[in-house]
Amino acid sequence: MRFFNMMVGVVCALAIGASAAQAPAADPVKVGAVLSLTGSASSLGDPELKTLEMMVDQTNRAGGLLGRLVELVHYDDGSEPGKANVLAKRLIEDDKVDMLIGGTTTGASMAMYPLIERAQIPFISLAGALVIVEPVKRWMFKPAHHDRMVGQRVMLDMKARGYTSIAMLSDTSGFGQSARKEMLNVAQKVGITVAVDETFNPKDTDVTTQLAKIKNTPGVQALFVVTFGQGAVVVTKNIAQLGIELPHYETSGVATREYIRLAGPAAEGVRLPAPVLMVAADLPDSDPQKKLSVDYVREYESRYQTDVSSFGAYARDAWHIWVNAVTQARSVDKAKVRDFIENTTGLPGTSGMINMSPQDHLGLDISALKIVTVRNGKFAIAD
Amino acid sequence: MLPELLQFILSGMTLGAMYMLSALGFSMIYNASGVINFAQGEFIMVGGMAASFLSAAGVPLPLACVAGVMIAGLVGGLVERMAVAPARDAEVASIIIITIGVSMILRGLTEILLGKRPHALPHFSGEAPLALLGATILPQSLWVLAAGALIVLGLSLFFGRTRIGKGVLATSYDRLAAQLVGVDVRRVLTLSFALSAVIGAVGGVVIAPISTVAYDTGMMLGLKGFVAATLGGLGSGPGAVFGGLFLGLIEALTAGYVSSAYKDAVPFVLVFIVLVLRPQGLLGAKPTDRI
Repeated sequence: MRFFNMMVGVVCALAIGASAAQAPAADPVKVGAVLSLTGSASSLGDPELKTLEMMVDQTNRAGGLLGRLVELVHYDDGSEPGKANVLAKRLIEDDKVDMLIGGTTTGASMAMYPLIERAQIPFISLAGALVIVEPVKRWMFKPAHHDRMVGQRVMLDMKARGYTSIAMLSDTSGFGQSARKEMLNVAQKVGITVAVDETFNPKDTDVTTQLAKIKNTPGVQALFVVTFGQGAVVVTKNIAQLGIELPHYETSGVATREYIRLAGPAAEGVRLPAPVLMVAADLPDSDPQKKLSVDYVREYESRYQTDVSSFGAYARDAWHIWVNAVTQARSVDKAKVRDFIENTTGLPGTSGMINMSPQDHLGLDISALKIVTVRNGKFAIAD
Repeated sequence: MLPELLQFILSGMTLGAMYMLSALGFSMIYNASGVINFAQGEFIMVGGMAASFLSAAGVPLPLACVAGVMIAGLVGGLVERMAVAPARDAEVASIIIITIGVSMILRGLTEILLGKRPHALPHFSGEAPLALLGATILPQSLWVLAAGALIVLGLSLFFGRTRIGKGVLATSYDRLAAQLVGVDVRRVLTLSFALSAVIGAVGGVVIAPISTVAYDTGMMLGLKGFVAATLGGLGSGPGAVFGGLFLGLIEALTAGYVSSAYKDAVPFVLVFIVLVLRPQGLLGAKPTDRI
């Protein structure tokens, strides 16, 4: 028995020695993520996590960061902002992460921010709303264009095509309602009248009632649907059912191939602002965004056998913004990394060219969004 | 004006047929056991998800639909055997809480096993809308209405003409007496869960081409079905039919003539008023206490 124990000891010692020999000299750099992997925002959080795991593997395969491996610690907030706060606390205090990515939703990001500020740790949010970067919050950054930009892009396209009186159909989710307010503001500024302003529940199975009202309102020149996911599919199919011929605009939230697949022929001709990711293959080779977008799409789709979405791409950009800052800072010191993130300039991402400043923690302008349309079952650059 | 009204009514009827199928499931289980089964919405979802997965995997559409419904029925029976039956001596409130837990488990399992993305079934008979006096209706909506009508007909035959159906009815009136005259009450309970899952799943399958189905589709449909069942009178078959159609129409007309912003609030306000003025529901029997 004693001999057996001794042997076990020897084997263990050998095993420890072997693993120690393989590990790099220092502890891994820790990145924390709080994402919505279950609940209502899970279709957003899922590609975000997949992307982050892919990024960690890529970085580690390329030798890690500053000679150290990178480790991702992630938690699921179940799409509940209240939980995100607790999880952020755990990441900061127990896991002692060097930076935080996350907040799939605006609610979660804002709930986490007070803790982030107290802990003084760089934080890149993946959520959509303007409130994340305006007013500027010292430790919080964001690689995703916000709803006001989406509204501006759509309204400018409408204006350019001569539509001045439009109908709007927004969903009653948090996203739909906050976006609706932004869109109404933008419409007023550019001089477009919202003649019909209807809402629907994103879980509705039929929206023909609202659409019939829109159809029967005289003078309406275009229809702007403010929603994402399943809701957009139902609306698009209903529009085809009622034979509504109005130009149909959607938000960037439906820029997924899944939307085209589920809505089928009804999606043909829909116009929406989208990050270049969706049409990367059509860009000229000289475009700095082309190669990285195409690479990301290829790697993601071959690794997970599923379509990319812009939400995953935000996570990719967030990762690169941070890696870029750490590489420049030559350290993971939180304050230094924060400063370098704030000074990100000319960094190409899937969402656009990122140029941050102390006044702008988003770093994207409206040109980052391209108006695309659905042509023959695919997204294509419009016009 | 008329085409608009007709459009609202058609849309309301399609919605209403869905709510009706959900409400019938609630009523059936309530009758047999006095329990409000909050996993009813998940039965709808399981039916739709199973059918769309089988169809996507290459199973012919009619077969996929039948299999989806049967899988849901099996799940319904299993739920009764594994979660509800072991607690049959517990209070009704405890069993209701168990069904809430079951709904979470079903949702979670579907999310893990089949993913978070929405899925669609192909339309049963084409997507070209049919014109009707200036309004349009999808052929699939006719399928939804027809399925609703067939289920109502089937149920009335089942309860009126078959031995086992009468056994279910007897159990709902008096469990002990039914047991005394030889009704296998345990089997009746399992059957009522399986049957209500089948009813829900039929709804889930016929609506899937129109609305797509995802792991969390069942929540809202289940809730609306519960409201419809309460409106009509919990436990009353005609009440469920009436409550479902009424709710669908009211929603569509509110969205059409008042504002779509109030659409989802109206049913809940309505159920509140009905419960205050007529707690047994619009078509429910007046409760009588035994002396």
